[in-house]
Amino acid sequence: METEFTPWMSLTGGILIGLSAILLMAFNGRIAGMTGILTGIIPPISTDWAWRIAFLAGAVIGPMVFLAAGGAIPYAVPVSLPLLALGGLIVGVGVYYGAGCTSGHGVCGMARLSPRSIAATITFMIFTGLTVYVVRHIAGI
Amino acid sequence: MQKLLLSGLTGMIFGLGIAISGMANPAKVLNFFDVAGSWDPSLIFVMGGALITTAIGYVLVFGARKKPVFDAEFHLPINRTIDARLIGGSAIFGIGWGIAGFCPGGAIPALGFGGLDVIAFVGAMIIGIVLARSLDGLRHKPAKAF
Repeated sequence: METEFTPWMSLTGGILIGLSAILLMAFNGRIAGMTGILTGIIPPISTDWAWRIAFLAGAVIGPMVFLAAGGAIPYAVPVSLPLLALGGLIVGVGVYYGAGCTSGHGVCGMARLSPRSIAATITFMIFTGLTVYVVRHIAGI
Repeated sequence: MQKLLLSGLTGMIFGLGIAISGMANPAKVLNFFDVAGSWDPSLIFVMGGALITTAIGYVLVFGARKKPVFDAEFHLPINRTIDARLIGGSAIFGIGWGIAGFCPGGAIPALGFGGLDVIAFVGAMIIGIVLARSLDGLRHKPAKAF
């Protein structure tokens, strides 16, 4: 499935992600990493669950407000439900052990020049690329 | 209360950024990695924009302040070791991301406009985190949320 090349929208979105990370650090002293924020509200629940719920709720509501205001969000899922569930399960295990994902390691950690985050990001980018190649060009799904 | 409002607001900015950037769109994410097929390089601009913005912002924040506005300290990870756990976990994450096209930061905002597909992904991801944490807890105290 082809998708349109959208450098300006993607750059704008990226800058907004960065802005969010800066504000969360400047005001609350927290890393805007989805794995860390989410893991804290999964049992055993962290004592500081309230700000995590607020951030997660905001992350869901933000795009809804944009849509309600007439904005468009291109969205297509070229993956079957069983593979989405399988992928989700694998992602959950991976981000737990890897202690972070694209937002925590790829943006916040890399921005701090954390060696752990740089190593993690290089690793998952390589394995994601390899997996997409295997799924699409070898398995032919 | 200020902290919660700030968290909600930054969450909204994050979700909006993710949604318009294409990170919550599996078709686009998978195409970014499909260099040998229907390649769409847009995600370079997402990651580049987010990374450069955050790097500059963090330097300014850490340079200007000893502590955040609403908290007593910056909560930064203290673990510095690159070990098999980090690399193995990241490799496993990459495999899952390559299969589904959703990463955690992309999937949560997609709950605001996606359907059963993203609900299935997020449900399975939470089960994955619970499973990993339980297995981990059998050996030693589970890792603290950060």
